[in-house]
This record gives sequence, C-alpha cells and structure tokens, in this order.
Amino acid sequence: MLHVVNKSPYERDSLDTCMGYYQEGDAVLLIEDGVYGALAGGKAVSKLAGKDVSVLGPDMAARGISEEKLADGVKVVDYAGFVDLTVAKDKVQSWL
Amino acid sequence: MSQVKKFMYVNRRPPYGTIYAWESLEVVLIGAAFEQDVSLAFVDDGVFQLIKGQDTSGIGMKNFSPTYAALGDYDVTKIYVEKESLDERGLSLDDLQHLTYEDEDEDWAEKDSIQLVSRAELATIFAGQDVLFNF
Repeated sequence: MLHVVNKSPYERDSLDTCMGYYQEGDAVLLIEDGVYGALAGGKAVSKLAGKDVSVLGPDMAARGISEEKLADGVKVVDYAGFVDLTVAKDKVQSWL
Repeated sequence: MSQVKKFMYVNRRPPYGTIYAWESLEVVLIGAAFEQDVSLAFVDDGVFQLIKGQDTSGIGMKNFSPTYAALGDYDVTKIYVEKESLDERGLSLDDLQHLTYEDEDEDWAEKDSIQLVSRAELATIFAGQDVLFNF
C-alpha cells in the first residue's frame, strides 16, 4: 500500500490516522501541505520514525523547505518518483 | 476616510495548499490602501507563509511570497509571529524572510517588521484591535 497525504499534520489528523494503518512493506508519500509533516524538529515528525517515507520535491521547494530541513531517513522524489511509487505498490490510498 | 481603525489580519493557513494565504495578502493590501492601522499575525500553519526561499516553478503556481517584503512600502510595519507556533514546527526566525520597513520618524532608518511574540503577548495584542480578520 502507498499512503498519500496532502494535508498539514498541524491542521488535520490525516497523517496521524494514516500512520495508524501503516503495515510492513507500505510506503508514505507526503505531497502538497503534507510535506510539512517531514520537518525535522517538528512535533508531527515522530510518527514517521522507522517508516518508508518520501516527500514530493516540487511541493517542498514551493514551500521553501530544503532537504536539510527534513527528518533523517525521509526521501525526496520528483513526479517520476511519484509514478514509480504508485507502480511499486499494489494499491494507493489517498488520505484527504 | 476620517476614522482610522486598528485592523489585524490573523493568518493560520499554509501557502499554496489553499487560497487563504494569498487572499489574506490581497485584503491586507486593500486595507493598507485605505490608510487604516494594519497589522498581521502569523500563528499555527500561518508561519509557513513567511518561510524564505520559496520556489514554485515545479508546481505551476504563482510564488506570492516576495509580496511580504513589499508590505513595508504600504506602511504595514507590524508583523507578529508567534513563537509557540514556530517551535512546534521545528522552525526559528532564521527560517523566515527578513522583513523590514523604513521609519519616517527616525530619518528613514531601516527597522525589522517582524516581532516574535508569545501566545500570551499576542492575546493582549488581539485585545487591543478594533477589527480582526481571520484567514
């Protein structure tokens, strides 16, 4: 399963709920306002520890978030990487 | 317009995901054009609006963040950023744009527009306003 989250974890509970359903072999992709969830030092980031988490690079750049600001272990993907993730996982769940 | 009121715009949404941040900026500039006493507060995800180095070329949206630097020219010189909101998000003032204005009462000396305030301090500032607009 690929979990896609597009809401800020500081405004909605999408990321929190999504992580409750995360199973071994799953991946999480943070897009749009969801990218704020991967900020190192942020209150929301603890949920992501030890999970397969990627962030959409163009959405990070738009929001002025550089790779150095991300928590350790979080990957950055481009739009092609987004496609690769959807192909690699058997299902996609978008948590609105 | 004869009576000047204290207008405060409270920004609680991040940029780009929704239209709130941009709409707020539009309304702030209108308020300033009518020569009201305008101030801005950035709390919760609103603090993300001021992050420096925004580059929207990859998402096909207009980068409106340079507009914040022009607020000083519209006599919008009071921009309050809540410390608790920055802390929760792992941010500090260094992550934000450095916004300034020229103080006409002090020979146009350049001064900082952004004031870092606590939630308690901001509550007092809210209480001193005539009108509050939330975005």
